[in-house]
Amino acid sequence: MSVTARAPTEEAPLTVRDLSVHIEGAPVVDGVTLDVRAGETVALVGESGCGKSMTALAVMGLLPPAAHVDGGTIRINGSDTTRQAEHAMQRLRGDKIAMIFQEPVSSLNPLMRVGAQIVEALLSHRRIDQQAARRAAIEMIDRVGIPDPETRFRQYPFELSGGMCQRVMIAIALICEPAILIADEPTTALDVTIQAQILDLMRALTDETGTALLLITHDMGVVADMADRVAVMYAGRIVETAPARALFARQRHPYTRLLLGTIPKVEGQGRTLLPTIEGVVPDMRELPVGCRFHPRCPLAGPRCRQEAPPLAAAPDDPAHESACWFADRVGEIA
Amino acid sequence: MSAPLPPPAGASRPVRRIDRRLIPVLPFIAVFLLFAIVALFAPWLAPQNPYSQDLLGRLRPPGDVVRGTAYLLGTDELGRDLLSRVIYGARVSMLVATLSVVVSLVIGVALGMLAALFRGAIEILIMRIVDVFLSIPPILLAIITVAVLGPGLINVVLVLALTRWPRYARVAFGQTLSLVNQPYVRFARHIGNSTPRLLWRHILPNIVGPITVVATLEFGLMVLFEAGLSFLGLGVQPPMASWGSTLNVGRNYVATAWWIALFPGLCLFLLILSVNLIGDYLRDRLDPTSKR
Repeated sequence: MSVTARAPTEEAPLTVRDLSVHIEGAPVVDGVTLDVRAGETVALVGESGCGKSMTALAVMGLLPPAAHVDGGTIRINGSDTTRQAEHAMQRLRGDKIAMIFQEPVSSLNPLMRVGAQIVEALLSHRRIDQQAARRAAIEMIDRVGIPDPETRFRQYPFELSGGMCQRVMIAIALICEPAILIADEPTTALDVTIQAQILDLMRALTDETGTALLLITHDMGVVADMADRVAVMYAGRIVETAPARALFARQRHPYTRLLLGTIPKVEGQGRTLLPTIEGVVPDMRELPVGCRFHPRCPLAGPRCRQEAPPLAAAPDDPAHESACWFADRVGEIA
Repeated sequence: MSAPLPPPAGASRPVRRIDRRLIPVLPFIAVFLLFAIVALFAPWLAPQNPYSQDLLGRLRPPGDVVRGTAYLLGTDELGRDLLSRVIYGARVSMLVATLSVVVSLVIGVALGMLAALFRGAIEILIMRIVDVFLSIPPILLAIITVAVLGPGLINVVLVLALTRWPRYARVAFGQTLSLVNQPYVRFARHIGNSTPRLLWRHILPNIVGPITVVATLEFGLMVLFEAGLSFLGLGVQPPMASWGSTLNVGRNYVATAWWIALFPGLCLFLLILSVNLIGDYLRDRLDPTSKR
């Protein structure tokens, strides 16, 4: 990604360089490079199993035991965390970097009061007394838009709705004002009206604190609503990355184009089949040679079957990169 | 729509309904509590000194009065008051069972949780030891260990604790394993909770239910094991009163003085039955894996 476009003196809170992760020989994340700058929202988009969640877990230092980082660096606030010990990583988590995910109700401990869970997050990183922590937690409950924070503080998660639980989770994640927030499908489990509220809330809070937001999603509507920049992942690799506006205006990778095409349109006439992308996501243990997308790609030619295309900038826009031999012809796909 | 709405049905009903399944268990809870009280207050409840012998009043039947002293349950082969000995025996049974359950639970739960959290070599090491322990007949294992350590109350507790922890380890392991991938445990880790805190605050409280069920059922078994070891002369040593050793003595006189064997046996039966029924009830209530 185009780091050079910005002053190199001010490093982004999260910089991932050439990150590779494998699980039992399958390269689930392969050479991912990603920056999230302060106050910026970057959307990481792709189908299930494309490696976006694995990328997030690698950043958190919480990969499952079977997964191993092969190479690359992850820098959080300037320090390389791939070389850090677990206890150092533990201090970063919740303090400098936090993550929320999609199951808001089951993500809260059912046997702990909501307030205690927020206080716990604060006290594990800050040396302050119980009373101050309690006040901060109540203020945070208020800031995430939950009415009557004093009462909610004393309630258990089962007494809250899904949307409220998601707000509590956001409160827990942001109570230490982390530099980076990773949100893995934060609104998938919520209904549409609540989704919009939660997204608005996340935007407001991250704008306020300058938190860098890495938003992992497969919902292009959410991307359009939230993202400053977008990185599209396919089969472990980033295939296209661009500022959100540029990406929606013009795609330079067939996968992105087809992915955008799958969004059902309200103005569709009569009964039409929902558009789909032909074929299935490849088995990560038996990846196709050459471009990993070629078996499903309408533009695939002989070269695609032999050589994997590198991520290259568009001639007219250095911020718009894609990994396709036929990037200029992507617009031809209906 | 201006008419005032009636309060929603069921909303204003603070009466907590008693669980129906609890009712048949209530008498057994009472029996258990009775044994617990008897054990706690044995010195005040026992009518006689359980150790004082009366060689002229040996093997007296229940209700007999010897020189102005009534022996409600009769006397044993040394003329000691059987009721007092049974009361002091309750003390031994409850003490041994409670202590061995507590010790084995702490060891087993801690090891089981660690195995599930760290997996890998630690899991293999701990859980294979568990498998080995569980494959040996428990009473045999206890006998062998007593043979090495020697009999006595403290040793019985140690033996039972050291042979029974694998059951807790296995349950704690399985429960923790199913919890570590629960979103709230993952989230707790994502916000920087340390491993001890994760285990103590987020995992342990959520596996207490199934552990309690095992502990209750184990309690009954521990009472039985203590009695069994004492019956074989490997448990509590004379002159200390234990239901098991009293039963063993009673075995010699069963034709002529049936009461010596009957009353400790009856107590064992009632205590273990009530503990097991309480355990079954708790399992129905607490264990998420058992369906009604």
